[in-house]
Amino acid sequence: MSKMLQAGAPAPEFTLNVTPDQTLSLRELRGRSVILAFYPADWSPVCGDQMSLYNEILPEFRKYHAELLGISVDGVWCHAAFAKDRKLHFPLLSDFEPKGDVARQYGVYRKEGFCERALFVLDKNGVIEWSYCSPIAVNPGAEGILDALERLAA
Amino acid sequence: MTILKVPVNPSDHAQGSEDAPLTLLEYGDYECPYCGLAYPIVKALQSHFGERLRFAFRNFPLTQIHPHAESAAETAEFAIAHERFWEMHDGLYENQQYLGEPLYERLAVQLRLSVRDLRAALTAGTFAPRVRADFLSGVRSGVNGTPTFFINNKRHDARFDYDDLVAALEAEYLRQAA
Repeated sequence: MSKMLQAGAPAPEFTLNVTPDQTLSLRELRGRSVILAFYPADWSPVCGDQMSLYNEILPEFRKYHAELLGISVDGVWCHAAFAKDRKLHFPLLSDFEPKGDVARQYGVYRKEGFCERALFVLDKNGVIEWSYCSPIAVNPGAEGILDALERLAA
Repeated sequence: MTILKVPVNPSDHAQGSEDAPLTLLEYGDYECPYCGLAYPIVKALQSHFGERLRFAFRNFPLTQIHPHAESAAETAEFAIAHERFWEMHDGLYENQQYLGEPLYERLAVQLRLSVRDLRAALTAGTFAPRVRADFLSGVRSGVNGTPTFFINNKRHDARFDYDDLVAALEAEYLRQAA
């Protein structure tokens, strides 16, 4: 795996499907802080999985006018079913074709065929303010994200 | 190591002495099945450690996946106003599969609390800010799911079965005594 992108690096541009017939490009969010939450797969079996936790914290992220994007290699229909089941109120992007291409550009793709549990907070110019890769089985929580957003707001 | 940002203080719901050498804090959700599993374990720890242990509980409801978690948390907070928090807390966990207003009202009657006041508090969201404050303190302390335990302000990252928690608490006790 190439090395995970670190603070200070420009965030690679991408366009990914957010629903079966809609795409979202990172550049559309220029001017706002962006949280990229790469995660291995939908349907994690644990209670309080990472995406459900972020869903609860969403109002705090919004106080910083930050946009949260979840990204995994799952397909759009899988994401749609997962988002509906967990009542997620933020977009899940499909890094599906070529598989894991965006995760590779950020240096967070695993040879097993899915991405790391990796977080990036981008400033309003699309520069990485903070990045963190969690052990795959450990939900990293949101503390680091909020600290980074606080620094950007300062 | 993840450290608790807001130490257990007098505004917390706690059982046991402030001077106890061990404080176990749980961030929990009344509807979370894993918290339901942890409930009798905490009781067993309390009887094992006796006066050496203080136990505190803070709310961490995952309201989008657990539709009753918020109302249950607010019901328990309502009971604190009448000093019945722990009875309500226990009643909610012991009847976890029945969470909902009929259960809350039945428990209120058993605890001689006003059902009308409870309904009014739930409708008005009187205790919602308290529940949210607990939740946010947890987020800032690295709570990443439920239940999350802290032993003397340090997050317990191992499993939460009885033997693991006894071992972790005993180890902390020895550290304190040394």
